Amino acid sequence: MAERTIAWKPRGENQIIGTEVLRIDGVEKASGTAKYSADINTQGTLYCKLLTCKHAHAKVTKLDTEPAKGVKGVKAVHIFRDVDSEIEWDGTLIAAVAAETQDAAQDGVNAIVVEYEVLPHFVDEDDLEAAKEAGRTTEPRSSTQGNVEAALKDAKAKVEGYYGIHTITHCCLEPHGSHCEFEDDNLIAHLSTQNVSGTPGQFAGPLGLDASKVTVVCDYIGGGFGSKFAADEWGLAAAKMAKETGRPVRLMLDRATELKTAGNRPSGFARVTIAANADGNIIAWDSEHWGTNGPQGGTVDVNQYPYVFDFENRNRAAIGIKTNAGPQRAWRAPNHPQLCAMTQTAMDDLAAELGMDSLDFFLKNLGHTAKADVYKAELERAAELIGWKDKWHAHGKGEKRRGKARGLGLGLHRWGGRAHAASCTVRIEPDGSVSSNAGSQDIGTGTRTVIAIVLAETFGLPVEAIKVNIGSSTLPQSGPSGGSTTVGGVSGPNRRAALEALWKIFDLVAAKYKVDAATLSAHGGKILSNGEKAVCTWKQAASLTGPMGLEVQGKGPENDGLTSDGVGGVQMAEVEVDLETGVVRMIKMVAVQDCGLIIDLKTAKSQVEGAMIQGIAYALTEERIMDNQTGRFINADLENYKLPRIGDVGELVAEMYQPDSEYARGVIGLGEPPVICCGAAISNAVANATGVRVSVLPMTPKRVLDALKKGGQA
Amino acid sequence: MARKRIVTTTINGRKNEFLCEPRQTLLEVLRDVLDLTGTKEGCSNGNCGACTVLLDGRAVDSCLVLAVEVDGAEVETIEGVAPVEGLDPIQHAFLEQAALQCGICTPGFIMSAKALLAENPQPSEAEIRFSLAGNLCRCTGYDKIVRAVQQAAETRVAHR
Repeated sequence: MAERTIAWKPRGENQIIGTEVLRIDGVEKASGTAKYSADINTQGTLYCKLLTCKHAHAKVTKLDTEPAKGVKGVKAVHIFRDVDSEIEWDGTLIAAVAAETQDAAQDGVNAIVVEYEVLPHFVDEDDLEAAKEAGRTTEPRSSTQGNVEAALKDAKAKVEGYYGIHTITHCCLEPHGSHCEFEDDNLIAHLSTQNVSGTPGQFAGPLGLDASKVTVVCDYIGGGFGSKFAADEWGLAAAKMAKETGRPVRLMLDRATELKTAGNRPSGFARVTIAANADGNIIAWDSEHWGTNGPQGGTVDVNQYPYVFDFENRNRAAIGIKTNAGPQRAWRAPNHPQLCAMTQTAMDDLAAELGMDSLDFFLKNLGHTAKADVYKAELERAAELIGWKDKWHAHGKGEKRRGKARGLGLGLHRWGGRAHAASCTVRIEPDGSVSSNAGSQDIGTGTRTVIAIVLAETFGLPVEAIKVNIGSSTLPQSGPSGGSTTVGGVSGPNRRAALEALWKIFDLVAAKYKVDAATLSAHGGKILSNGEKAVCTWKQAASLTGPMGLEVQGKGPENDGLTSDGVGGVQMAEVEVDLETGVVRMIKMVAVQDCGLIIDLKTAKSQVEGAMIQGIAYALTEERIMDNQTGRFINADLENYKLPRIGDVGELVAEMYQPDSEYARGVIGLGEPPVICCGAAISNAVANATGVRVSVLPMTPKRVLDALKKGGQA
Repeated sequence: MARKRIVTTTINGRKNEFLCEPRQTLLEVLRDVLDLTGTKEGCSNGNCGACTVLLDGRAVDSCLVLAVEVDGAEVETIEGVAPVEGLDPIQHAFLEQAALQCGICTPGFIMSAKALLAENPQPSEAEIRFSLAGNLCRCTGYDKIVRAVQQAAETRVAHR
C-alpha cells in the first residue's frame, strides 16, 4: 500500500471512478416517487394563488384584500406590496391567497381590489440611443490597453460589426416555490433550492425565529440554473401564512410569474471593430456594449470582454440600461454566454474577411488565450467528430439544395469550477454498511451518485452499497450549487473522510490479523494484503470498529490536489438554413469538454448534452419579448416562450477530454461551461451557410430573413 | 360554486371514486386529492407535457382535462407503469441511457413514450421525435431520450 497521503488513486487503479455509472436516484425519478417541493402534500395543506401587477411601472393607489378573506375556503392573505409601493416591472407580486383548494385561492385573488397610478415605462433594451434620450443609461465603464488606433492603421483586414443577444429567463420546468409547515414552533420548509444549507437563516430573520428552528429540505429540484439560491419573498409568504393559519402552505409560482419575476439572463448588444494582420493574427479590438439586467441597469461584465481571447491593443466600454423588466439572477455561467456570442461571431466575420477557414483562424489566434494547448487539442478532436475538413466551405459558398444551405461554426469557452466550501460525515456501521451525510443538493449534477462513487471506490465496495443522505439543512453544511462547484465540493470532503476512515480500519485489521497495515488495500468487498491475499471481508473489518462504528468528518476544499479549477471546452455546430423561410435546423452539434478528473463519465456527458439544448434554445428561439407599447413581457408562457423540442436539436455528441494531464488536475466543476459557446458556434454556422451574419440571437426566421435581405441574398 | 361531483374511474388498474368540483382539472385531483404526485405540473396550459397521463390508453395533458371527464374512463399515471417488482423496460431504458437528469420532465416523457410504443412498437427515430414533441425538457438533452425510447422498443420486441 502506498503511504498515507490524501490523493485520488493512480488512474489505472480505479474500478469505478471515470466509468459510466447510472444515477443512484434514477429509479425514484423514473417511477414518480421522487418528491419535489410541490409534491409535499401533508394533511391540511393550503394552496396559494398570486396577484401580480399587470403594469410595467406603476404606483399602488388602492389595495383592499378584505373581499378575498370573505371567499369560501380562503384562509390567509399575504400582502407583498401595499398602497404607495412603486412597481417596477410587469409580474411584480402584489398579494398571495392561501385556501383549501387552488380554485378557492384563485377566487380569493379575483376578489382583491387593486388600483394603480400608471407611470411611464421603458423596456427597450437594444436601442441605446433611445435609452440615452429617456435618461435610462448608467455611468459608462471603459478601459484601454495598447494602442488600438495605431494597430488599426497597420491592419490587413478589419471588420466593424454589430452583435447582440437578447434576455432569456431561467425557465426552470419546476417553478420556484415551497411547502412550509410548522411543527410546534419549528418551521420545515420544503424549498425548491440550490442552497439547502444557506437558506434556513433567510427564513429565520424575517419570521422572528431562531435559525436553529428552521429546517430546509430539498430532496429533488426540477432545475435552478442559478435562480434558486434564496428563500425569496414568496417563500417567506408561505412560511408566514403557515404560521398564521397553523396549517401547511404550498406556494409555487405560476408559469407566467416564474418567467417574469424569478430571474433572467441580461441582454448584451455590441458594436465591435476587430482587425488582423496579413497572416491572420488579431491585432486590435474596440468595443462598446450595452444591455439591461432590469431596473438596476447593469449590463454584461465589461472586464471579461473580449471573451477567452484578449488582445494587446484593446479598447472596451459598456453602458447599462435601466428597464422596467424583471431583475436578473445568476444564469448558468453568468456573463459568459453573452460575451462569447459577442466576441467569437466578430472573430468569425474577420476570418471570412481574410478569406480564412474559421477553424484555421481560431487555431492561429489561440496564443491570445490562457489555454492554447487544451483548446488546440479539443478543436482538432471536435473537427474530427463533425467532419470539418470534408464539410468546410467559405461563408455562403456551399452547395444549395432545394433552397437550403448548410454551414459549420465553432466556439470556445472557459470557466472556473473551483470546489465550494463543504463538509460531510461518513459513517461506517459495525455491520459494514456505509453512508455519507451532507447538506448538499442535486440540481441534476448527480450529487448523490458522485458521492456514492467516491466512497465505493475508496472502500472497494459496489456503488449500491453506499447510502447517501443529502437535501436537508440538518446535515453537515455544504455550499450552494452554483458556479459549477458541487461535484468538486462534495467529492473532496468525502474522499478525505473516507481515506481517514479506511486507514483507521486498516490499523484495526492489522492489529487483529497480525498483518502490516501498510500492505493493506480495500477491493471487491475484501481487505487485501499486498493486493492479492484476502485478510478478511469488509464486514469483518467494519465489525472491528466496535458497537458504535466509525464516524469521520470531511471538509473542503483543501490544497491537496483532490480538486482544482479552470476549464476550457469547445463546440462545433452544423446547421441547415432554409433560405426561403429563414428556419435554421440543427443537423449536429459536437462538444469536447475538459473538467479535470471525471468521477462519473455518464453524468458528466449528461451535463454537457443538457447544456447544449439550452444553448440551441437561446441561439435559435428563446427570447423574452417585451412590448414597448404596454411594457409587458408578452410571451410569458411555454407556448410562446420558444424552447426547442425533441425534434429541433439534431444529433448531439458530447465527448469528455481527459488525458492524464487533466486527470492529474483533480476534480473541476462542469455545469456551466458547456452552455457558453453554443450561441457563437451556431451563429457562426448560420453565417457559414448563408454568407451573411444574423447579428442578434436568437436567430429567429425573421432575423434570418432580414439578414439575408440586408446582405442581398433574398 | 357548483356542487361537487362523484367521479368513478379506474386509476392504475384500481377502481377509484373521488369527489371534485366540476372546474377542477385531472392534474389537480391526481396531485392534491389522490396524492399521485408523480404527475408533474409545469405550465398548466398544455405546452410542457410534464403532466402527461394515459386516458383510455391515449396520452393527454392532465392539466387540460377536467377531472369530471374521466368518469368511467381508465387513467394510467407514472405510478402505474412499473410492475410489482423492478421497472418497466421504458423506465429502465431512461435510466441506462441517462435520459433523465433533474427528473421533473421524466414522468411525462415516459407516459408519452408508453403511449407511442403501445400504438407503434417499433417506431422510427422520426416517429419518436414527432410523438414526443409535446414534452419539454430543459436540462437533460433530448438525444438521450430518443435513444432510451429506441432501447425500450428493442427490449420489448426481444421479450415477446
